[in-house]
Amino acid sequence: MSTATATEPASDPAQEKLTKKILTADHPTWCPGCGDFAVLAAFYKVLEKLQYPHEKIVCVAGIGCSSRFPYFVNSHGIHFIHGRALPLATGVSLSRPDVHVFVFGGDGDGFSIGGNHLNHAARKNIRLTYVIMDNYVYGLTKKQTSPTSPQGFKSKTDPTGSIDRPINPMKQLLASGATFIARTHAAQVKHMMDTFERAILHDGFSVVECLSECVMFYNGSFDDSTPRKGGVYEVIDETQHDVGDDIAAFKLADLPSPGKFGVFYEVDRPSKNELEQRWIDSTQAKLAGKSQKDILRDRLAMMR
Amino acid sequence: MSTSNSSSPTSLRNAVIRLAGNSQDGIQSIGGFLARLAGRTQKDVMTYMTIPSTISGGPSIFQVHLGSGEVLDPGDEADVLVSFYQHSYNAHFASIRDGGVCLYDSGEVTELKSERGIQNIGVPFTQATIEAIGGSARDRGKNMFVMGLLCAVYQLDKEKLVGIVSRQFGKKDESVLRNAMLAFDAGYAYPVGDLGTFEFEEGIHKDEHRLSTDGNTLMTMGLIAAGVRYGSAYPITPWSSIMETLRSELPKYGGIYVQAEDELAAVSMTIGAAFAGHLAVTGSSGPGLSLKMEALSYASMAEIPLIVINVQRGGPSTGLPTSVEQSDLLQAIYGSHGDAPRIVLSPKDVEDCFYIAIEAGRLAREYSCPVIILSDQAISSRIEAFTEPNLDEWWIEPELDISPRPEDFKPYPLDQITRHAPPGSKMLGGKYPTVTGLEHDEWGHPSGNAKMHQQMTDKRRNKLIALSKKLPLPEIHGDAEGDVLLVGWGCTYGPIKESINRLQAEGHKVGAIHLRNLHPLPAGLDTIFAKFKKVLVVEINDVGVYGYGQLAMILRASLADPKIESLCKTDGLTFRIREIVTAVEKTLAS
Repeated sequence: MSTATATEPASDPAQEKLTKKILTADHPTWCPGCGDFAVLAAFYKVLEKLQYPHEKIVCVAGIGCSSRFPYFVNSHGIHFIHGRALPLATGVSLSRPDVHVFVFGGDGDGFSIGGNHLNHAARKNIRLTYVIMDNYVYGLTKKQTSPTSPQGFKSKTDPTGSIDRPINPMKQLLASGATFIARTHAAQVKHMMDTFERAILHDGFSVVECLSECVMFYNGSFDDSTPRKGGVYEVIDETQHDVGDDIAAFKLADLPSPGKFGVFYEVDRPSKNELEQRWIDSTQAKLAGKSQKDILRDRLAMMR
Repeated sequence: MSTSNSSSPTSLRNAVIRLAGNSQDGIQSIGGFLARLAGRTQKDVMTYMTIPSTISGGPSIFQVHLGSGEVLDPGDEADVLVSFYQHSYNAHFASIRDGGVCLYDSGEVTELKSERGIQNIGVPFTQATIEAIGGSARDRGKNMFVMGLLCAVYQLDKEKLVGIVSRQFGKKDESVLRNAMLAFDAGYAYPVGDLGTFEFEEGIHKDEHRLSTDGNTLMTMGLIAAGVRYGSAYPITPWSSIMETLRSELPKYGGIYVQAEDELAAVSMTIGAAFAGHLAVTGSSGPGLSLKMEALSYASMAEIPLIVINVQRGGPSTGLPTSVEQSDLLQAIYGSHGDAPRIVLSPKDVEDCFYIAIEAGRLAREYSCPVIILSDQAISSRIEAFTEPNLDEWWIEPELDISPRPEDFKPYPLDQITRHAPPGSKMLGGKYPTVTGLEHDEWGHPSGNAKMHQQMTDKRRNKLIALSKKLPLPEIHGDAEGDVLLVGWGCTYGPIKESINRLQAEGHKVGAIHLRNLHPLPAGLDTIFAKFKKVLVVEINDVGVYGYGQLAMILRASLADPKIESLCKTDGLTFRIREIVTAVEKTLAS
């Protein structure tokens, strides 16, 4: 989840109601028709509903089209380097339990250059929400193969069609140890909003893969999951799927394209934030209220 | 020291003791105990150790230079060599000075050399230890036996030494301390034949509160005093002990130190904590610093205050991970892509590690940019004694400023140094800032404007120029004008100072300066250089294609002074006094 301490009020009563208007910053630089517009709109809507204190919202991103996100949200934000948004957000989350950390990025940032960080942020269960806007292509650099491009996809780096097996994001995330894993679609606004909200309210590392079409360089990529283009959008029936069962989730993840959408896996496990705080508390309990300066003074005195 | 058969102890000011054995013999412990004793008996001390870079151990030495006066180097040669094995004897006999002493384990060393008036004295370390402790002891505890032996020979303060040992072993099983003391007493009582005994002159340090520790430990304490509570790193020798200590110390102060999955994540998490409003530190050694470079350019561009420690080791690549080198200066200053100004500092000795950490924190905050501290393997691992820092004077209370920011707040003003508004700060103008690595305007909006890029580049550079003008000129040790000026940085401080002392005693007109601020350099160095016929820059790195070491190259480039020359070496060892003295004498003769 993005949410920090449980004791903190969810909203600031003195604050003017957070609206889309207040939350809107620069006009997006995305191409007309880009799926990312819908993701941004859904995020505004969820923030309108949750009404977190404005100054406690933090948007973090790396590099890519979708990683321009922080410029378009009027909140504290940081646009970092390629692939390292998650470790940066980890630093924010662990050192600032009072803020809500949201990370946005694409498939290149998340599964390729930053792939290793995803594994570690997930297994450590860092308290934050990560939205991966997956378009199966490198768009900012104008059409190269991405780690999720299907085999046969023609790009500037694979002119005769991609020959490499793509990553299966859901299986990758399940293996990584993430405690909330979901899949949604930029063309399904209601489902996207519900999924984001559930992810944000999860206490720990929550990650959502959001299929978001690149109309410029991979037009039609998600037609098979877009009903108005003749596709099928099938949502996971949680009366039939136990979200705590990782084996069942792996089986869901193995379905052929377009697969299913919704929450694949959700489990409660203490976050690193919580475990570190427990260690701090037990360590400080032994110091019986000694001042910080005296702690260091005594430590130096041990060198006499 | 001179050997003597008389019953009254010979008085001496300095002694260099080299312990040579295997890394598992606990010779580091004896060295550590002796160093700590020096701190508690008004003496100076500098140690030097070699560590095999293999896990299972191997030949290793620990050298202790004890002195009643100022000790500035670990000692060019040993007064006493203690050899635990034949291989130690063979490898280190040459390090004994003419007329020195070799104490050896007579159960291990069988082939002796007889040369240069060196006195070989055999003592059955292993056998005597086994007899003292009992049959099951095997050879454990012989380090304590040797320490007892040295305590008797050098008339060291036995009571204080035993106190230090007791404190160290007190946490363990009672039998450990008992066995250690049995071995120690056996060594103390062992008749060393015709070696005689020695007594140090009274130490020059009158203060009660002398501390002794290694550079990495003290650097960590300095970081805490500077207000560092967060950060992240990845293990690498010889940096690791700083992150280990931060990991276990910071929770006491409510902080967190994170072991990251790699160097890239480590620097990124640290920038995250800095963006969040904290003074944060990451660190590494040579190869790891290379991996952090992209993010460091980001920190220059985004103007993030940050401390980065690089404990230099022999390079390039995996190189000599447990040896000293100063070959990362250019990497520290210029290693990133783009024009990415940052501050580079270097501690001169163990004590300075405390103060340089505080200075780094102060500069990072004041100039809102990365500050790299270049320590090195020698400073990181050696033990020195020094005056306890006065925390009332140096302690900095960490402060997270999330006060509301005024309506006219700009994250990147052109006419002022950046002061970020971390998350949690209300923006009274309603517009929240985005910190960015794209070139940007004063409000942080991405900008590809040519004029803006020039103005922002000027801004990031000019704050370092402003700093260089504020820096005091380094003090000159020795003559303020003369024939040769030595210039040093990092661990060359002590050997250069001692070399100047000896050269002056020989009647030469020589001086030395030591640079703690390596980038930017203090403005006005040319006024010092102008008073000398030659300037010799002493550093442990390669002379390179053009014949100048890394600092010499920068000094020549910035001052365009052809009298600047280099004294460089890369043998994995710190400078010996005689190496510097010989080079200066050669320069004087040329």
